[in-house]
Amino acid sequence: MTYAALALGLSLTAALASGAAQAAGASDTDADRDARWKEIAASIFKDRAIQPTETLVKVDAPKRAEDAALVPITLTMPEKDRIKAVHLVIDDNPSPYAAHVSFGPAADPGELKLRVRVNNYTNVHAVAETKDGGLYEAAKFVKASGGCSAPMGMSDEEAMKGMGDMRMKFAGDVQPGKPVEATLMIRHPNFSGMQMNQVTRDYTPARYINKVTVDYGPKNVFVMDGDISIASNPVINFAFLPEGKGPIKVTATDNQGGRWEHSFTAPTASN
Amino acid sequence: MRALDAASRKDGARRSMTRRQAVFAGFCLCCLPRALRAEAFAMEEVGPGIFQRRGPNAEASPANNDAIANIGFIVGRDGVLVTESGGSLADGQWLRAEIRKRTDKPIRHVVMSHVHPDHCFGAAAFGEDKPNYIGHHGLREALEARGAYYRQRLEDVLGPEKAGIVVYPTQSVKDGAEIDLGDRILRFTAHATAHTSCDLSMIDSGSGLLFTGDLLSVGRIPSLDGSLNGWLKEIERLKGMGARQAVPGHGPVRVELAPALAGIGRYLGTLRDETRKAIAADVSIEKAVQSVAQSERGQWDLFDDYNPRNVTVAYKELEWE
Repeated sequence: MTYAALALGLSLTAALASGAAQAAGASDTDADRDARWKEIAASIFKDRAIQPTETLVKVDAPKRAEDAALVPITLTMPEKDRIKAVHLVIDDNPSPYAAHVSFGPAADPGELKLRVRVNNYTNVHAVAETKDGGLYEAAKFVKASGGCSAPMGMSDEEAMKGMGDMRMKFAGDVQPGKPVEATLMIRHPNFSGMQMNQVTRDYTPARYINKVTVDYGPKNVFVMDGDISIASNPVINFAFLPEGKGPIKVTATDNQGGRWEHSFTAPTASN
Repeated sequence: MRALDAASRKDGARRSMTRRQAVFAGFCLCCLPRALRAEAFAMEEVGPGIFQRRGPNAEASPANNDAIANIGFIVGRDGVLVTESGGSLADGQWLRAEIRKRTDKPIRHVVMSHVHPDHCFGAAAFGEDKPNYIGHHGLREALEARGAYYRQRLEDVLGPEKAGIVVYPTQSVKDGAEIDLGDRILRFTAHATAHTSCDLSMIDSGSGLLFTGDLLSVGRIPSLDGSLNGWLKEIERLKGMGARQAVPGHGPVRVELAPALAGIGRYLGTLRDETRKAIAADVSIEKAVQSVAQSERGQWDLFDDYNPRNVTVAYKELEWE
């Protein structure tokens, strides 16, 4: 399995059973799931303690995904001033550590949305990291399978068209002092490395966005480390504080040396 | 659509459907935790020498052998053409037996209208006939990408003996093609990406009937697996093909073409317009799946099973416009 060596450096043999064993996780017991999560958590966070939380972070996802290759995830962190970073783990994916987002001074970490691939019935864990170094976890069980190995429905060439193009949308009018909601869209197939031409038996090599940095003028909004679990054509909803100056700059890189930069004009309060 | 709607109610699938299992998310081939009792439809002669069996508006289940699409054959002077092969080896074998009850003529051609398993997996039943398997030029690539995946899913539901193997087209249609059965000519059109990336339609000169594959679905909700904008364009193209009646991929086996295309066009147009509106209003994808095209709910079987997925696919396509 070549997808052990991934950006976030997490290789977990237990979860790497096989891309084809779609249903393997469907019948696992809660004890199996807990054991798996403990193993993953230990490999990411070493011996740091993780407390369960019902207030610091919440994971929203459809119980059953409409499309296993595009599962919308919403992370809500209402005590946003305490939040430094959030980690997203899809326990039963071949490479479970889906994303790590660290927030900068220009961020409003109250809500973050991502679209992910889900390869198996799984717990989706979010671990919020507070500024004082605490780790707090919440989870949601999602029923979906085959999201990582699902063929794209188009040729690789077609899927790579416009790679690196970006768009950013801003929601609503800017009110002084209120966070601005933004949607970042990046054209990129985010090949998982598990999508196979069934006849030639060739896998399309993994090619995925491994880092996205968003800055507002001189201040950082967030940095996301991503992995193959992020859906193709990544879309990230986030919020930032409107006090900044200058353009919003996005830099994205992929694991094959691709690097793209775009600048967007930030909306300003109209009063 | 009233009459069609009433007809589809007989299938008994509406509302009683439980959600499809996620292992099949995204494809026509879906199994149900509680298997629906498939209503068995018989072979019907819909035109001179043209026999069709209606597929019930259900998902693949052990009880129905994935025999859920409209399938059948045309008996020409020089041989038989299979218009759609069936949803599994078992379904294809049933079709072959039905052909042999009616004619001894050689089975020369098997049409594969697109990549979905409910239309392709019967093809394996015709191996001994060594027919010409005809498909869209994009079919081979689509089968290479998905065939083994579909086969595995189908084996999970039906077991390996009944599922069948992936068969590839031997004749690839780039734009158009003709097959002459001696007393009638079948004219094929390879469509641009619409329902899927490999939709092939066919007009029979003997009856004037248009065989649409899943570019047209009547009563069963269409499933979007190609391009929404593309599909709406191809619907316009089907309107101009000179046929008055059609054999759709799902639904009654012979329908008036104009109202049937109006019905599917209305659904897909609503899906496009309301998804565009949702995107423009920053309605998230997970909210859009609950709100878009709800006015169409009463018009289609399996609406709740496919509409949210159709919205997801549409959203993905339209958000980059």
